[in-house]
Amino acid sequence: MAEQNGKSKTKLLDELEKGPWPSFVREIKKTSDVSPTCDDLLGQLELSYEERKGHWKHGGIVGVMGYGGGVIGRYSDVPEQFPKVAHFHTMRVNQPSGWFYTSDALRTLCGIWERHGSGLTNMHGSTGDIVFLGTKTDELEPTFAELTKAGFDLGGSGSCVRTPSACVGPARCEHACYDTLKLCNDLTHAYQDELHRPPFPYKFKFKCAGCPNDCVAAVARADLSIIGIWKDEIQQDDAAVAEYAAKGLDIQKNVCEQCPSKCMNWDGKKLTIENKDCVRCMHCINAMPKALRPGKERGAAILIGSKAPIVQGALLSSVLIPFVPEAELMETLKELVSRIWEFWDEYGKNRERVGELIQRVGMANFLDAIGLDPAPEMVTAPRDNPYIFFREEAAK
Amino acid sequence: MPTFEVNDHKYEVDEDGFLQEPGIWNETVASDFATTEGVTDLTEAHWKVIHYLRNYYLQFGIAPMIRKVCKETGFKLNEIYQLFPSGPAKGACKLAGLPKPTGCV
Repeated sequence: MAEQNGKSKTKLLDELEKGPWPSFVREIKKTSDVSPTCDDLLGQLELSYEERKGHWKHGGIVGVMGYGGGVIGRYSDVPEQFPKVAHFHTMRVNQPSGWFYTSDALRTLCGIWERHGSGLTNMHGSTGDIVFLGTKTDELEPTFAELTKAGFDLGGSGSCVRTPSACVGPARCEHACYDTLKLCNDLTHAYQDELHRPPFPYKFKFKCAGCPNDCVAAVARADLSIIGIWKDEIQQDDAAVAEYAAKGLDIQKNVCEQCPSKCMNWDGKKLTIENKDCVRCMHCINAMPKALRPGKERGAAILIGSKAPIVQGALLSSVLIPFVPEAELMETLKELVSRIWEFWDEYGKNRERVGELIQRVGMANFLDAIGLDPAPEMVTAPRDNPYIFFREEAAK
Repeated sequence: MPTFEVNDHKYEVDEDGFLQEPGIWNETVASDFATTEGVTDLTEAHWKVIHYLRNYYLQFGIAPMIRKVCKETGFKLNEIYQLFPSGPAKGACKLAGLPKPTGCV
């Protein structure tokens, strides 16, 4: 496809096929037998690389009836040269919790997209959605009709609740401190209006991670991160610890000395953990999963304010509620989220994420507005981060 | 430049069907564009939203944030979607003759 008179038409892009790692150029070329748009797509990208200039126009507005999001309009600014990608809209499809599919479901999705679009997909976008790449305006409604018939729905785009996502949680992982899959599903259903009809100053993302390993990167990318955590002591199996030691694991060097709060001690026979100093970093549990497990009193910490860089720089989440038992999670979130949205809606500037708003007004004012008391867990270490001033009487 | 033809009127539009010259807007334009956005009958409620958007645009040169639209017109967001099924940005702004609203995907 990419050759003419024996010469490749995509000289610069071909460089990206070299090396042992995955290559989107190779993947797109491989799809060219089912997807007739591939050569124009790569052709336009090659032109962009040559000219060091993007050739997608910004901000098309297309969509399906009843929804204000889920479709991202893309138009080429060189349609005469690459007519097959003159329209190349993206559709976001709400992924199942934890990205579990039957092969039937995947075939159905691919079938729909080969009939109505380019056949190219991105599994998955960074928010978590299934991303259908490239179609024309006329195909949007038929695609949507087929998707809903097959039990799928569009995801979020624009200034809305973006499609919530969750790690695989208790379905495959022994560290999960709450049912991330259920919470993700419940959130998706609870906020259908806000997901499909953008009401906010900017996007709002929920991510549910089952433990502090945070496999969905909630702490870095979600406006509201729900991260599994335990309140009591790490469950310890001494026999299994000894087994790790016998098999050659240097517990002192690779476990105790790696502990950020130095709360562990290994005397060559017994491991003791000072649980009150544990910061829940997961390192020891990851190093000896058969010997150590999260405690029994499980739930989640709720954090606020992270984002990837777009309008302004990246932010990490701050703790908002240090621990919520699993049974109370959904109820707590609903109340909390309505207060956060009310404040953000009222005071947020256009395209200002909630984390940026908190930076602008100050965490103390934000907490005051949503009716939460400051707690020591909200700062890394005492006097380390002075964004909250405790009054003298409260400090005693 | 694409053109949009309806009821013997001809308009220059962008690729998403938004009016290219916001200055030529009048109520006939709104009625003409209604057909493309699933609006069959322009009621008093529709005009309230359209005129609000139009006036805001003439004053500030941009489309208002959605929260302002709801607050000023008194319609809830889902009521605006009932009036304009393709939504406030794609539907209502197009009928009000605003240039395509920008925003993040």
